[in-house]
Amino acid sequence: MDVIRTEDLVKVYLMGEVEVRALDGVSLSIGAGDFVAVMGPSGSGKSTFMNIVGCLDRPTSGRYFLDGVDVSGLGRDARAEIRNGKVGFVFQSFNLLARTSALENVELPLVYSADAQSSRQREEKARRCLRVVGLSGREDHQPSQLSGGQQQRVAIARALINEPKLILADEPTGNLDTKTSEEVMGVFQSLNDEGKTIVVITHETEIAEYAKRIVVFRDGRVVEDRAVAHRRAAHRPVA
Amino acid sequence: MQKFLTILKVGMKAIARNKMRSALTALGIIIGVACVIAMIGVGQGSQAAIQAQISALGSNFLMIFPGIATQSGARIFTGQSTLTEEDVAAVKAECSAVAYVSPSSRTGAQVVAGNLNWGTQIQGVGVEWPLVRSWNVEKGVFFDESEVRAAAKVCVLGTTVANALLEGQDPVGQTVRIKNFPFRVIGVLEEKGGSVMGQDQDDIVVAPYTTVMRLLKHSTKIDMLMASAVSRGAVDEAQKEIEALLRQRHRLQPGQDSDFMIRSQQEIAATADETSRTLSVLLASAASISLLVGGIGIMTIMLVSVTERTREIGIRMAIGAKGRDILLQFLIEALALSIGGGAIGIALGVGASRFLAWKAHWPIMLSPAAIALAFGFSAAIGIFFGFYPARKASQLDPIEALRYE
Repeated sequence: MDVIRTEDLVKVYLMGEVEVRALDGVSLSIGAGDFVAVMGPSGSGKSTFMNIVGCLDRPTSGRYFLDGVDVSGLGRDARAEIRNGKVGFVFQSFNLLARTSALENVELPLVYSADAQSSRQREEKARRCLRVVGLSGREDHQPSQLSGGQQQRVAIARALINEPKLILADEPTGNLDTKTSEEVMGVFQSLNDEGKTIVVITHETEIAEYAKRIVVFRDGRVVEDRAVAHRRAAHRPVA
Repeated sequence: MQKFLTILKVGMKAIARNKMRSALTALGIIIGVACVIAMIGVGQGSQAAIQAQISALGSNFLMIFPGIATQSGARIFTGQSTLTEEDVAAVKAECSAVAYVSPSSRTGAQVVAGNLNWGTQIQGVGVEWPLVRSWNVEKGVFFDESEVRAAAKVCVLGTTVANALLEGQDPVGQTVRIKNFPFRVIGVLEEKGGSVMGQDQDDIVVAPYTTVMRLLKHSTKIDMLMASAVSRGAVDEAQKEIEALLRQRHRLQPGQDSDFMIRSQQEIAATADETSRTLSVLLASAASISLLVGGIGIMTIMLVSVTERTREIGIRMAIGAKGRDILLQFLIEALALSIGGGAIGIALGVGASRFLAWKAHWPIMLSPAAIALAFGFSAAIGIFFGFYPARKASQLDPIEALRYE
């Protein structure tokens, strides 16, 4: 079944008097286990697409099925629940809580989960997720004590903790150098190998080539949708 | 519940992170609550003291003052007493609701004993005075009817006077000089303490009213009449009887103003109580204003905190925090500040009350209800002033919040 299926998504912003059509009829399906890179110049609507797919925002019109369920009309609280349980976010600027240990950052989504868990259960899960991204031993480090690549891996561990169907990454390597970028993409590749569906927004072709499929946006429309011919394989830093 | 505890922990951490700011914010509440507690303590204490004084005086106590006379339509205090010894005898004989009655004639004088002297109030009274005032002689005796008739130069001292003049001696049997007349001390009164108005009631010399009037004041009029009703319930009855009798004796026409004035202890008590209650309310409202200012301080800081942590709010929302989770987090922070401040304020207020009681000898009383009230009030302030910033935080748009620098 498709994890993401959109039908004619339209998003219109009102900038003063002017209507801006950030998305102008996007119909796209992403199957389970796929690894998609979304590309396009700034203003192409790829971020708007991400916000809607991640249930941070609602489309003006059109329908969006996440894991087979129509979520395009859900209210604030219902969307918060979806973000918590079904989607894992990774951002360009990491968005970790400052002065909070890696472990607590990873645990954070569990705090807002519907099913209550003891703090010991939460800690156990968080440790496991940090191990998956290769950060065992850094549990008590605060973001300021970690390198950019390490911070992004903490963010990935946080995205994993509720075992979501879908991981959404918005320019995850935008603040990283080439080597660390490769490391981070390696983490995504191994997660994808384990069956996670991954959507990465990027404007770098090199980064996009770690994915299996590339979708290009322009002026709020999908203008290109192709499989990656020569897929890059990252050095796997993860054991 | 688990979630609530975790959110509680998050709030506590945020407070601990900004120690200085949190302390200053709480300080507003601390001062406010401490003021309220201390002021309530002072107010309740003085009320309790007044109540105690009044019950010590006896609740069936009545005073009849000479006074207002109508002269050509103008109501004035003539300065000339309208009460006589015959009035006293008549009240005693004819008013069934009156148990005891005593005239009173006062004068100030310097009392001399040996080489010591003491300025005090000489009160000339009748033999029933100890019963009217429920104030007994501790040592020696009170003067009797024959001494009153003879205008004997005997007196009974209050403890303050006895201590000032005859420290270390047995006052009974000693002689003191009042306006150059030698008076034999025949007794000492029980210690009574300060009055409602803070005067030392033991600073007194009591002598037969005949002696005071003839010897010391050269006057035939008495200053005032004290009486006690047979029971507490008979006070009104006694008041009516005395009024009727004295109006008749003074030949006042119906509709004409009385040339005397009757005050019962209950009325005096009510007035004094009312005064101190007004004072308490005034003090407490002044203190409440500082509590209000403290609350505004909390609101300001919470608003700053929400703005400062917009990004954090965005992150929390992106990973699944609902509006009410965010609301709860900030409300808990505001509550913790106000309740924490309230608790410290209570401790400080109780301490300040104790200090006032000890240093200034103010009668301080703190009821658990007042403390509970102050605590509840500070919690209410936290909720009231914390709600708006918390609501503002909870209504942020996650996309906007994440973009916030």
